[in-house]
Amino acid sequence: MQELDIAGMGSVRVTRKGNNVVILEKDLQTEQMVLAMGPQHPSTHGVLKLECLTDGEVVTHAEPYLGYLHRCFEKCCENVDYPAIVPYTDRLDYLAGMNSEFAYAITVEKLLDVEIPRRVEFIRVIVAELNRIASHLVAIGTYGIDLGAFTPFLFCFRDREIILSLLEWASGARMLYNYIWVGGLAYDVPADFSKRVMEFVTYFRPKTVELYKLLTENEIFVKRTRGIGIMPADVAINYGWSGPMLRGSGVKWDLRRNDPYSVYPELDFEVPVPDGKVSDIGDCLSRHLVRALEMDESLKIIEQCIDKMPSAEGFNARSAVPKRVRPKAGEVYGRAENPRGELGFYIQSDGKSTKPLRCKARSSCFVNLSAMKDLSKGQLIPDLVAIIGSIDIVLGEVDR
Amino acid sequence: MILTPLPHISMPLLMGNSLNAWSEALVGFTPMGLPLGLVILAAIPLVFIALYSLTYGVYGERKISAFMQDRLGPMEVGKWGILQTIADILKLLQKEDIVPTSADKFLFVIGPGILFVGSFLAYAVLPFSSAFIGASLNVGLFFAIGIVAIEVVGILAAGWGSNNKWSLYGAVRSVAQIVSYEIPAAIALLCGAMMAGTLDMQKITMLQSGSYGFAHFFLFQSPIAWLPFLIYFIASLAEVNRAPFDIPEAESELVAGYFTEYSGMKFAVIFLAEYGSMFMVSAIISIVFLGGWNSPLPDIGSFALNAWTNGPVWGAFWIIMKGFFFIFVQMWLRWTLPRLRVDQLMYLCWKVLTPFAFVSFVLTAIWVIFVP
Repeated sequence: MQELDIAGMGSVRVTRKGNNVVILEKDLQTEQMVLAMGPQHPSTHGVLKLECLTDGEVVTHAEPYLGYLHRCFEKCCENVDYPAIVPYTDRLDYLAGMNSEFAYAITVEKLLDVEIPRRVEFIRVIVAELNRIASHLVAIGTYGIDLGAFTPFLFCFRDREIILSLLEWASGARMLYNYIWVGGLAYDVPADFSKRVMEFVTYFRPKTVELYKLLTENEIFVKRTRGIGIMPADVAINYGWSGPMLRGSGVKWDLRRNDPYSVYPELDFEVPVPDGKVSDIGDCLSRHLVRALEMDESLKIIEQCIDKMPSAEGFNARSAVPKRVRPKAGEVYGRAENPRGELGFYIQSDGKSTKPLRCKARSSCFVNLSAMKDLSKGQLIPDLVAIIGSIDIVLGEVDR
Repeated sequence: MILTPLPHISMPLLMGNSLNAWSEALVGFTPMGLPLGLVILAAIPLVFIALYSLTYGVYGERKISAFMQDRLGPMEVGKWGILQTIADILKLLQKEDIVPTSADKFLFVIGPGILFVGSFLAYAVLPFSSAFIGASLNVGLFFAIGIVAIEVVGILAAGWGSNNKWSLYGAVRSVAQIVSYEIPAAIALLCGAMMAGTLDMQKITMLQSGSYGFAHFFLFQSPIAWLPFLIYFIASLAEVNRAPFDIPEAESELVAGYFTEYSGMKFAVIFLAEYGSMFMVSAIISIVFLGGWNSPLPDIGSFALNAWTNGPVWGAFWIIMKGFFFIFVQMWLRWTLPRLRVDQLMYLCWKVLTPFAFVSFVLTAIWVIFVP
């Protein structure tokens, strides 16, 4: 059977019978269908819109449309004082508010040259790592839902609930904390905080194994993710990927190790990178694995921090918080390792005002998502869903 | 009237014989020469199943999933939320019946109806006990396999008539899936039919009766019967669109598949049809491989457990319990496994299940011919 283009007849499907050509079908036309995936689609993780050109089930082209959640973060920052930006940073990556605050605080502190009390540093690391676990739990759980497994999601949320109540206990809020301030913390942690965090660590260790058995080792899950959406390391670097995405491509790059901040140099933890045994390096499964393994490392960090943390005697969480934040003139770029990659803040100060001249956020999700067009080419629709899920975007951070 | 034998059923679970007497008395109830008692008897299981499918299937699904996921599930309406589904039905009944403006109105309306008819027609040939069967066809099994295929038409009508791209994807996937999986499913059922030598569901069941209880079931009658049993179970999951083969309604990919545009009572009818087919395939697998309405309990010496637990009403109890068991397994799988991809699904059907179905077919044939 052949397809020929005969003038005046459109496309025809013909077959040969001996020396004759027999026309089977006339005026064949196959169209590609434009499929708008989102902004109200269950698996675009928020209000992302993907305009797909589909040929049957195959996506030949996917164009992400952003901006449905744009809240003028950068413009807002130019109109408020430095400390007042902290609540806005919560709303960037709302699943990892503590980490965003942490990144912002260390950036402004670079401009200020303040001495941060040691206990503050440890508490910051503890809450940030707790939040990293919570964020990875959401990422893993929703990834399960994307692939049709509903139960891991609820297991993840059950455990995340404990973290959220711990953080609520410390800060008073469940997701938008405003806890890490420039130069310190809003409050010291409650008296029994370390004890309850340790209880959580001992509770959660077996749960990571359970999750691993239920989801990561599941035959169907592996079939759905292994070898899908492969991103080679060099292309990933060129795209500016960071965090679990880049590590999933086999690059051992973690800002907590490569550009250390706070007390991370004193702590002992591994940077998990897939070795290619259970996954093909750079595929969706590798990215998922990195997240799953990172939770264990975060638990290790939390344990060490609680051991090393100075006691609360004579400690004031706000002792180094400046009355009025008016940094010297200049510009600074500070970054931190967020659950989704490198969150950087570029801040310009004119030295006179208490408001930044410019505050730009370099968001990891936005950069990671930029590779979507490349990754989605020629994939099936279910694979497209798997790829979006493995990028683990939070639209609050993409659109800002 | 019929009330005279009723005092005998004071201990229904232990007094199998008086239960039979009760149902036999009901059969004999013919006011004005009309066999009303027979009609009532035949209607009892059908009404029960329809009620079950709508209320307790959904309720059970929610409670079982809640149990597996460390939740409580519905708790508000009634004790333990037992009336939750009724409240849901009331809500769905009150909803506005929306037909999208650009939908093909005829297809959109007729789709759920065809689906419903397809899934409930097969109940006609399911023997619920030695006395309860809607239509004792001599090609009952063939009818049951064939009538399920009508569902495909309903799904296609619903998906195409919605005029929604996601619905279209769902419908096309669904048709490909159901039509493909009918092949291994039918071949696997043929193995059971070969062992019985008949397609009559009632006769298939009767051939599995005996005082040794479960040992007479076809699953234990031949060393290879487990293979068609497994193949049919897997294929039936795909036929009724249950996880891990729920790709036609994959909510994370296709929003809700072919019923994306449906709401209100039409949605409820689609749902009812889905739960109806779940019970139907469970009943078929228990009839063909697990003895249908026969009691699985064996006689132990003079302790005639099997004889006591057999009879028309007991039969309905056993087949419904067997059906419930398979529905439970279906739910268990649904809440444990992720979803397969479209091409993996087809791979499983054509390259794994169908060849193995043929193998089991040939082996069963050899067994039936050479081992009396």
